[in-house]
Amino acid sequence: MELTAKIKQQEQQHSFVTDPIASDKKLLTKEKIREIIAKRAAKEFKKGDVVTLGIGLPTAVANYIPENVQVIFQSENGLLGVGRDQSREKQDRRVINAGGGCVEIVKGACFYDSQMAFTMMRGGHIDATVLGALQVDAEGSLASWIIPGKFVPGMGGSMDLVVGAKKVIIAMEHTSKGQIKIVKKCNLPLTAYKEVNLIITERCVFEVTSSGLLLTEINPMFSVDDIKSVTDADFDVSDTLKYMEV
Amino acid sequence: MKSIVSAKEAIDLIQDGSTVMVGGFLDCGAPDILIEELVNQNTGNLTMIANDTTYPDLDKGKLIVNRQVKKLITSHIGTNPETGRQMHDGELEVELVPMGTLIEKIRAKGTGLGGVLTPTGVGTSIEENKKTMEIDGEKFIFEKPLGADFALIYGTKVDRYGNVSYYGTTRNLNTIMATAADTVIVQADELVDCLDPNEVVIPGLFVDYVVVKENK
Repeated sequence: MELTAKIKQQEQQHSFVTDPIASDKKLLTKEKIREIIAKRAAKEFKKGDVVTLGIGLPTAVANYIPENVQVIFQSENGLLGVGRDQSREKQDRRVINAGGGCVEIVKGACFYDSQMAFTMMRGGHIDATVLGALQVDAEGSLASWIIPGKFVPGMGGSMDLVVGAKKVIIAMEHTSKGQIKIVKKCNLPLTAYKEVNLIITERCVFEVTSSGLLLTEINPMFSVDDIKSVTDADFDVSDTLKYMEV
Repeated sequence: MKSIVSAKEAIDLIQDGSTVMVGGFLDCGAPDILIEELVNQNTGNLTMIANDTTYPDLDKGKLIVNRQVKKLITSHIGTNPETGRQMHDGELEVELVPMGTLIEKIRAKGTGLGGVLTPTGVGTSIEENKKTMEIDGEKFIFEKPLGADFALIYGTKVDRYGNVSYYGTTRNLNTIMATAADTVIVQADELVDCLDPNEVVIPGLFVDYVVVKENK
């Protein structure tokens, strides 16, 4: 089937469940939501971990990593040891990150080609990745690269990264424009099947286990019932459920 | 010694309907003057193999905007809205390939392999209509080699022997594309007589023509 025809057909098959809380009241600002998620994701690393961050919200995770943890950031376009954004005065387009921004490099950094970048990523040499998603499901599958007929950026390196990274963390808003994103089974085309380990939102943290989702942390502003009302996937509540830092 | 030619002389070789690989990750390490000349010559009906289509006003993106590409094989089109528009309107055929798979398909061609087996895309739409194989209990997708008539690549410093070296993150797909096309044209920021052999990234044997950036 021709690609465009296929997309149109898939578009007709998709329906979305909506989020009752988000459509009723706005509880948190966008900035606060990003901060809660990025701060929480930043706690997932140990000293010396090599981490690849996705574009958008996941990039903000770098701002909250404790100094003594010393994470090394890898970028799929060929840089191990990504530093801060380059200042406007000395932008050099020959040193960029995967989002196209000019970056500094840290001491001990190295450059390499795309083949080596994906040897690191697909080959199991990246300790953790933090990525956004359109949908994640109870089995740990995620969808992030296409809404057929509407939004087709392409997968870039995400499929390889998710398959290869030792730990896959999804950092995303719990719902998007009122639509529920944590579902029983993704109905958008998948980025990867059963690869997600942890889901971090502004409302809670889910671990993906072999028997489904486990609620391990909750934002004190919400109840477990609140989480249920904005989560299509079934989940268990951990015996050691903790509050998230907000 | 390699042929040092003008961008016009090099791009004159490319005929309508050719398959062309173009290096660069977004605009970083993209052979901009070679593409500019390809736009000037308005060579059409091209099949383009590239990491992405950058932005509408930069290098590879201009070939899309100028409607010179009939088929595009790439991993990401999100930075160039015109690519998405042409795709949706049925004007451009787009094959989206995971970046790591695109790289390995090109590498397979360059290194003489019959294809590669990758776990990337298993359980997704990427698997459709492809052979799969189970090896030691793990499922893999078989991906065929991918070559081209021409590769347009970038080099920071290139010597008269065709050896290429790089600065920063400009290597990206340039290195593997150099191995997988019948004719390889490298754009050099700087031409030197002879590189230090220790700094060579692409050995000169892969390169056919050198175009120096100042020497448009």
